[in-house]
Amino acid sequence: MTSTVPADVASAYERIRRDALSRSEEAWDGKRPVIAVGTATCGRSAGALDTLDAFKDELAKQHTEANVLEVGCMGHCYAEPLVVISKPGYPPIAYGYVTPEIARRLVQDYILGDDFSPEFMLGALEDNELVPPITDQPRFSYERQIILQNVGHIDPHDVSQYIARGGYEALAKALQMEPEHVIDEVKAAGLRGRGGAGFPTGDKWATCQAARGRRKYVICNADEGDPGAFMDRAILESDPHSVIEGMAIAAHAVGARRGYIYVRAEYPLAVERVAQALKQARGLGLIGRHILGSDFSFDLDVFQGSGAFVCGEETALIASLEGRPGMPRHRPPFPAIDGLDHRPTAIDNVKTLAYVPRIITQGAGWFSGIGTEESTGTAVFALAGKVVNTGLTEVPMGTTLREVIFEVGGGIPKGKRFKAVQIGGPSGGCLPESALDLPVDFDSLREAGAMMGSGGMVVLDEDDCMVEMARYFLEFTQRESCGKCTMCRLGTKEMLEILDRITKGQGRIEDLDTLRQLAEDVKDGSLCGLGRTSPNPVLTTLKYFPDEYEAHIKEGRCPALMCQDLIAYYILPDKCERSCDACVGTCTVEAIYSNKKRIKVIDQSKCVKCNTCMEACPPQYNAIVKLSPPSEVPVTKDKK
Amino acid sequence: MAITDAEREDIHEETKKALRRHGRSRKHLVPVLQDVQRRLGYIPEEAMTQVAEHLGIPEMDVYGVVTFYNQFRLNPPGKHSVRVCLGTACHMKGGYITLDSWKRRLGIGPKETTPDREFDLDTVACVGCCTMAPVTIVDEEVHGSVTPTKVDGILLAYKLQNEKNGEMN
Repeated sequence: MTSTVPADVASAYERIRRDALSRSEEAWDGKRPVIAVGTATCGRSAGALDTLDAFKDELAKQHTEANVLEVGCMGHCYAEPLVVISKPGYPPIAYGYVTPEIARRLVQDYILGDDFSPEFMLGALEDNELVPPITDQPRFSYERQIILQNVGHIDPHDVSQYIARGGYEALAKALQMEPEHVIDEVKAAGLRGRGGAGFPTGDKWATCQAARGRRKYVICNADEGDPGAFMDRAILESDPHSVIEGMAIAAHAVGARRGYIYVRAEYPLAVERVAQALKQARGLGLIGRHILGSDFSFDLDVFQGSGAFVCGEETALIASLEGRPGMPRHRPPFPAIDGLDHRPTAIDNVKTLAYVPRIITQGAGWFSGIGTEESTGTAVFALAGKVVNTGLTEVPMGTTLREVIFEVGGGIPKGKRFKAVQIGGPSGGCLPESALDLPVDFDSLREAGAMMGSGGMVVLDEDDCMVEMARYFLEFTQRESCGKCTMCRLGTKEMLEILDRITKGQGRIEDLDTLRQLAEDVKDGSLCGLGRTSPNPVLTTLKYFPDEYEAHIKEGRCPALMCQDLIAYYILPDKCERSCDACVGTCTVEAIYSNKKRIKVIDQSKCVKCNTCMEACPPQYNAIVKLSPPSEVPVTKDKK
Repeated sequence: MAITDAEREDIHEETKKALRRHGRSRKHLVPVLQDVQRRLGYIPEEAMTQVAEHLGIPEMDVYGVVTFYNQFRLNPPGKHSVRVCLGTACHMKGGYITLDSWKRRLGIGPKETTPDREFDLDTVACVGCCTMAPVTIVDEEVHGSVTPTKVDGILLAYKLQNEKNGEMN
């Protein structure tokens, strides 16, 4: 067992911290402006690397100096590429939608001049008298950042910036505590696993700690497979050390010497940044042999997943680590007792581990004071779909869905009407308007038929078909089912066939009862979370949106005008402008022609329903409509 | 797709190199296969046999792992890879229309390669760029808001690039 000499650990950490502070001051020396460009995957896909180059190039051209940093994702994905400029004498200011052209202008006007360019600005990051702060926006009164507090503010490539903001202090503190006390602290904080199920983390660790066996493992589950979720990716890319520190504390608590971070194959940048962070942490003796001079040794590696959704399930993940197909097995025995290589293994989600250092430094009482009694702390959501402010947000547990979607998320774009919110991905459900005042926590969402899941939140508006939504998720789980359990393998297939039929207008009214029955059977007859929760999207849409199913079945009509087989595009002759050819020119399959009166007509046999004409038709004419059922299209006798 | 003798030789050499970098137990199977795919772009039958022999496990088990995980490819890749995201946000914003366009223009389905080996097509579950939906990743580049006309535009850019390279040679 660990018998550390507390004073040594504390002074070893103090040395590292002093060093980090002086190195981080080199970057923020108070003389040169600092330009921090968000270059996580979301920023990159919006062109952040070009913006970064433009800054460097323009600075060189103007013969002026500034420190250009790459940081992670601040969560305001809607405004990418996002840049924060800290110029001495001014508060740090965030700028959104920074194209290379704007980057050049910012160098000329603000770095060289004094015009802080309010037209490109999102706001100042600190209270001040000069520049309106970003925190004036309503969303900031709802947000509370615990695990996102560093995200987007530090350079993930540089461990000293993490340490300068108090990083690894918790590890030093934990190493001076007995493992049992660390576990007690996590228990007292009420921390529940953020992977979806919400199992108390402290209990899991206690079981693992008490389990027999000299070799134990800790694993970080970063196999974030829910489509529509990207919280874990953002944390790994933007603040990798918080997860590494959490793992080291977990290892100390349960008595493990070895760990793995299991990252999805689809996240190459996260893999790269974590690997680099590990190297730096190892270099400083923060992981490896005799951490901070103590008796505690712990090291970890990154393991890349290979693209199987089911590997997010802990026993499947372990099978995958062992070189086998990722198939779940029966629990108990739980991995905490019988895990990787049959050794006791503590598996935790990325976010769960990122909370741990904060809990150790700031105390269990502080953490349990945030959120609700049963669900303490915060929830991190990835907001996507039909919502204005897409991106990441962290709010205290107990915040209502309405507040998250309308206050933080800014509501529905283009003046459309809210229809539903899909929470928890393929394991979750679609909740309607009437559920919007539900507090966000583990238990309320489950009662409503959805699930916290890992935190993906996709907002749907009037143009989204609920039957198609259910079909989409079932198609996903069906394809990802590993095939071990009969009900999951065949039951979901049968359900999918029924839904396919309904979205094609060939459903029968008795299908709905069959769907409900099959859903129950699949829930009962499956071993792991994938199968047990896969009917949720179907059940919630059947419960909250029965009219939509009936419209598909009885009338062959898709009310949201989404199901391809149930719609047709039609050009309204009285609205079509004779001199305009916009739709003809853009049609990708040459299905539109002009009739004798030069009114445009769609050849329905050629149309592939790609929506291009609808977007091409100038708004002053607005002549193209979608009709459902397709038989609504008037028969024309026009010849070309 | 038929492979030439030169390719077979290359497969053997690259697989050998990949095997040398990892331990010799079943636990290393997935990393070995990832390494092989990084080198060759796919996992040929010959490589599976070689890996099985080296690790001392049945070929069937290697094949089982390769086909279980979505990441592994059984076909040689095209010069450019097209990955259409079908995550929730992309799907709801018309990802299925985007996929249709790629299929129509390339004349192949997901997990296939065009006969001239110029492009290969596949879908991905979610690349986490939900805010730019619908998304397509061509090689390393993420394209956002990919409508059918943008598909044509991307293809045209590659065609022009090819012609330019052709002139230079």
